Amino acid sequence: MKLIVAVVKPFVVAKIKDALQEAGVLGMTVSEAHGFGRQRGHTEVYRGGEYEVDFVPKARIEIMVSDERVDELVALIVDTARTGTIGDGKVWVMPLATTVRVRTGERGADAL
Amino acid sequence: MTIAATWNTADTLWVLLGAALVLFMTPGLALFYGGMVRSKNVLSIMMNNFIAIGVITVLFVALGGSLIFDADLGGGLLGGLHLAGLSGLSHALPGLSSVAADPMAIMVFQMMFAIITAALISGGTADRIKFPAFVALIALWFFLVYVPLAHWVFSPTGWLAHLGVLDFAGGTVVEINSGFSTLAVVLVLGKRRGWPGEAMAPHSVPLSLLGAGILWFGWFGFNAGSSLGVNHVAVVAFTNTQLAAATGLLGWVIFEKFKEKYPTTLGAASGAVAGMVAITPCAGFITPLAALGLGLVAGVVCAVAVRVKFRFRYDDSLDVLGVHGIGGLLGMVTLGLLATKSVNAAGGEGLFVGGGFHFFSVELLAAVVTAVFAFTVTYVIAKVLDLTMGLRVSQEAEYTGLDLSEHAESAYSHGGSGRIG
Repeated sequence: MKLIVAVVKPFVVAKIKDALQEAGVLGMTVSEAHGFGRQRGHTEVYRGGEYEVDFVPKARIEIMVSDERVDELVALIVDTARTGTIGDGKVWVMPLATTVRVRTGERGADAL
Repeated sequence: MTIAATWNTADTLWVLLGAALVLFMTPGLALFYGGMVRSKNVLSIMMNNFIAIGVITVLFVALGGSLIFDADLGGGLLGGLHLAGLSGLSHALPGLSSVAADPMAIMVFQMMFAIITAALISGGTADRIKFPAFVALIALWFFLVYVPLAHWVFSPTGWLAHLGVLDFAGGTVVEINSGFSTLAVVLVLGKRRGWPGEAMAPHSVPLSLLGAGILWFGWFGFNAGSSLGVNHVAVVAFTNTQLAAATGLLGWVIFEKFKEKYPTTLGAASGAVAGMVAITPCAGFITPLAALGLGLVAGVVCAVAVRVKFRFRYDDSLDVLGVHGIGGLLGMVTLGLLATKSVNAAGGEGLFVGGGFHFFSVELLAAVVTAVFAFTVTYVIAKVLDLTMGLRVSQEAEYTGLDLSEHAESAYSHGGSGRIG
């Protein structure tokens, strides 16, 4: 089992959700995130006072998947999230030691 | 109490309407300022504005109004106590016998001016002053700074008025006074921790825009109401207020466009306020064309003035000095240059209109006296309060925010069905 984490531009989240649903993914978690990569932040000016806004709004998507689907789904997310401009984000994969479905107590692959 | 039936009903209605409009400016100011602070301090600064309504109303009725408008006790320095508690108002106010509006209406109208002038100071002390200290500050400041200045200028028996100083609606008493009083307080109070390095961006510019709109609406009462009657001067003051606000807005954003590339919404709101500050002393004394020009200059001058604090490192957080102090000075100088009796027979003739040097020099004198007096006395008050009760909140309170530390409230609770905690 693997955890796919994708930090992407907020406006691509809906497209990614649709693509993942079409590919049969049954659940995902989305949270608002802030950060910077090579895109850096921007400057705001209020009455001549300049404020550096270092962290850009991003969306963080997490899905748990079985090992055999990892490459296919990562490719799907990357293809959907890509706009070709700086700040498109990152996707990474981490091993999952275990998962538990809270309602039934099922563990491992059954809980995906 | 005998009810005098001699007061002109239309003039009285005009002044009462003006009073309601000027009162409305203080909640407007609360929004204007509230939007400009961080979300952890928005209630604190709005409360500083609202508490001024409560405190100053009581102090004005009890003694302050009388000390301002009762007959002078000698030397033009302070009025007497015959009008304390709003008593003795069956006769015209001393020196104002030509005014046909009910004297109690004039007193209530003037009360609203004192309220918003006190509230203005909160723009400098934002984000770090203890609530009880702010209350003590405006109470002492009202008696020791506002009351004398208002008597000197607004009461015809005051020494500046006696010299021939004209100030239509408070360029000295309200604008220069609030600006320089605020500078004095912030020098004693010190900078916000982290300023100017840390980001302290406005948390809601839309709130500030709404507040500026309310100020704009209320300013018609502030300036046109100061004619104290329904007449042509009131119409001129009303018109000039709109013109100077509009060109003030334009001047500020044009400056920004050239200086920083982006014309900002906060700049538009600030420019409109700057224009109205500058027109305040001149409203019923200069021509509409002069008002258009004055607003434009005020927009640019105040946009420059608010940037000065970054160089000299005094934390006048929301620019009371830059907008009100400097805008008020500009208005008084302009009045000395451009006043014309073609607009108001009871007005003056400015230096550029052929009035000679005397009128210009007394306008300048009134502006300088106001700035120096307000700064000096307020500095002493702030110093005394700082040494006795302490002006500043603790470091932890400043970090957490004054909404929680001073009022045990939070402005925004984004609770929905999915709320965590």
